[in-house]
Amino acid sequence: MNFDPRFSGRQFASVGTRPIRPDGIDKVTGRARYGADFNMAGQLVGRVLRSPHAHAVIKSIDTSKAEKLAGVKAVITAKDLPDLTDGDAAMYDILDNCMARKKALYDGHAVAAVAAIDARIARQALKLIEVEYEVLPHVTDVDEAAHHHAPLINDQVFTEGLEEKPAKPSNVTKRTQFGHGDVHKGFAEADFVVERSFKTEQTHQGYIEPHACVASVNADGTADLWVCTQGHFVYRQHCAQLLGLEASKLRVTSSEIGGGFGGKTHVWAEPVALALSRKAGRPVKLVMTRDEVFRASGPTSATSIDVKIGAKKDGTITAAEATLRYSSGPYAGSWAEIGAMTAFACYKLENVKTVGYEVLVNRPKTAAYRAPSAPMAAFAVESAVDELAKELGMDAVDFRIKNAAQEGTRASYGPVYGPIGIGPTLEAVKHHPHMKAPLKANQGRGMACGFWFNFGGQTCTDLNIGMDGSVSLAVGTVDVGGSRASLSLVAAEELGIDYSHVKAIVADTSSLGYNDMTDGSRGTFSSSMATISAARNAIKILRERAAQTWDIPVEDVHWEKGHAIAKGEKYGNLSPLSLKEIAAASGKTGGPIAGHSELVADGAGVSFATHICDVEVDPETGSTRVIRYTVVQDAGKAVHPTYVEGQYQGGAAQGIGWALNEEYIYGKDGRLQNAGFLDYRIPVCSDLPMIDTQILEIPNPNHPYGVRGVGETSIVPPLAAIANAVSNAVGVRMTHIPMSPPRILAALDAEREG
Amino acid sequence: MVEVTLWGSLSAVAGGKARHEIEAKDIRELFRKLAEQYPGIEPWIDRGIAVAIDGTIYRDTWSKELPEGAEIFLLPRLAGG
Repeated sequence: MNFDPRFSGRQFASVGTRPIRPDGIDKVTGRARYGADFNMAGQLVGRVLRSPHAHAVIKSIDTSKAEKLAGVKAVITAKDLPDLTDGDAAMYDILDNCMARKKALYDGHAVAAVAAIDARIARQALKLIEVEYEVLPHVTDVDEAAHHHAPLINDQVFTEGLEEKPAKPSNVTKRTQFGHGDVHKGFAEADFVVERSFKTEQTHQGYIEPHACVASVNADGTADLWVCTQGHFVYRQHCAQLLGLEASKLRVTSSEIGGGFGGKTHVWAEPVALALSRKAGRPVKLVMTRDEVFRASGPTSATSIDVKIGAKKDGTITAAEATLRYSSGPYAGSWAEIGAMTAFACYKLENVKTVGYEVLVNRPKTAAYRAPSAPMAAFAVESAVDELAKELGMDAVDFRIKNAAQEGTRASYGPVYGPIGIGPTLEAVKHHPHMKAPLKANQGRGMACGFWFNFGGQTCTDLNIGMDGSVSLAVGTVDVGGSRASLSLVAAEELGIDYSHVKAIVADTSSLGYNDMTDGSRGTFSSSMATISAARNAIKILRERAAQTWDIPVEDVHWEKGHAIAKGEKYGNLSPLSLKEIAAASGKTGGPIAGHSELVADGAGVSFATHICDVEVDPETGSTRVIRYTVVQDAGKAVHPTYVEGQYQGGAAQGIGWALNEEYIYGKDGRLQNAGFLDYRIPVCSDLPMIDTQILEIPNPNHPYGVRGVGETSIVPPLAAIANAVSNAVGVRMTHIPMSPPRILAALDAEREG
Repeated sequence: MVEVTLWGSLSAVAGGKARHEIEAKDIRELFRKLAEQYPGIEPWIDRGIAVAIDGTIYRDTWSKELPEGAEIFLLPRLAGG
């Protein structure tokens, strides 16, 4: 890669404008093709049989009756997905999660699957599969699972990260620690100390579109997969490895995506669909029901967090400490580790220590959820920060401003910060009219800060200039939030042409080099960098073609506002050549004109947000309504401000649902009680106020336009901002998310009873 | 020669020390020399380690040069959503 990613401070013509998104009309007219909208000739219907037990040994599976049912073309179990992971523990966990091998580890764990000519026969076939289970004791609560008396989920797990290897296995897979300074000394210097424990329940990303795919494995070893995903290249790698296919022979095409938020970074049903197709010799379509989505895909961790913060009378924080326990489902994860890194990242702390424990439970395998792990840690820390400000008699915003991290601060997770935006977001909140608006009875206001890392990754982009001068842009990062519009703006900016002449598509895995998935807020950050690089490579060719046309040295040809310009008095009579003119002549000057780029887009800037929330709580029912909400966040540079605002609003909306209602509820039998949108309450439009936004632009020094990721940070502050608002409204500190009506009433009762 | 700081858990497999002086020109050489000195670090490198150079986090650019006097901090490689 020969590309300089440094921020250049240029003026923009296209970037920062708000054109209509290219996929908008298809989406509002129903033409857009999502995962379940693709069909192949002769395709079968796939269905999955799932364990009804939270924890059970699979003693035997008899599929013979199902196989004999007319219309059934294939039945598979774990035997049809042999272990090809070659010692890769993480891939083995993915394989075992897709199809249980020895034990069913949670309610909903796949144990077998069928492919039949229609859904009715497929369902009948599932009923004919006989599974003999030996039911084992189970544990679904994170604190109970971490206890040494808890039923063991995997007796081969010995806690990593301890000074000495433990003698006994445990459900705690790993301990991690971050921080600097001496917290004991810091707490000794404090005049006020707040110490509290918090819990958050498990939630689902709640994407509207269930997981869906069509798989077709051919007799010659080639295969196609059409799928709804955040990363089709990663799905190709994982599916190829699990199925024993060559990656280049598996072509994966990503559909439009009806929400992912991290839950579609992981294969669930796709290897099963491919295995069914391989066995049946026909394409197989597999679409999860909503019940399956809840029971067997993507929830975030449930957590239990202890926080202690001390401060001097003048408001200086002297020490901060947190112990974080995060559930990871029945497989090892690193979710508490991320919580431990992000917990105190907003603050300038001389003495800080965080310890994370990863805990196995009999629940679905935890998957990333938008700034994974950070919202729960922020809830605990920002609640304690608010309480400490009250004890000090300081305004909550002023207390945070006094202790906010800034350029040169050592982050709680280790390194020293470069230019960051936490201070500016707090100043913007302090002066925002929302903070001065009057409140009525039973209403409360809260605010909170949030941090997320953002990252880049491997990225490949092709930019092709047609003979008519229009531009095709092929990218490999799935468009989850309007990135095709943003990347078209970037291409138009670099080339100096109008946005309307650029058409961006998401290319399939056989048409473009490898791309990491759209996660970590990297889609626009990474692909814009690759698009700038590809456009600059194309401009180099455009200049060469103009030089050839004029018969002058290429060094004398410059590119300005979509034209090649011959620089120098001696070329005074040469009129500029437009991109369109050069493209029209390309057949006679060397053939097609294209720019290609493959790079690792590292150096994504960290991001901060501060949110303000007003709520009204009904003291009789405990019901809470968010009546006003404001998001202030640093975007680096907002390429398409409307979609940046959309990300801010979307994160806040999801956070409101998480804070007030969303919750996985398990019965004593270890079965999920609310696997549907009737009982798992996500917010709908009528539940939400207009979510106001304010974009700050503190340029990322490691991107030519200053872009930072924006997709995830907006879900970090809401749990805390809403908890602070509710606590202020009812006069009781809320420590358990979600703050559903029963929980608020219980907190009020407990307060009354003393 | 650069000074490298390891996060808490990683220092446990590097002789219990958080700070290390290493002669390395780029991230690739840093990882190689750390693994030579402390073989227990190798599985961690395989699983993914990010390198913060003066506060900027690099996850994959192993050719990134380590400037003399820069603050170098090793971090776990993160997941996103």
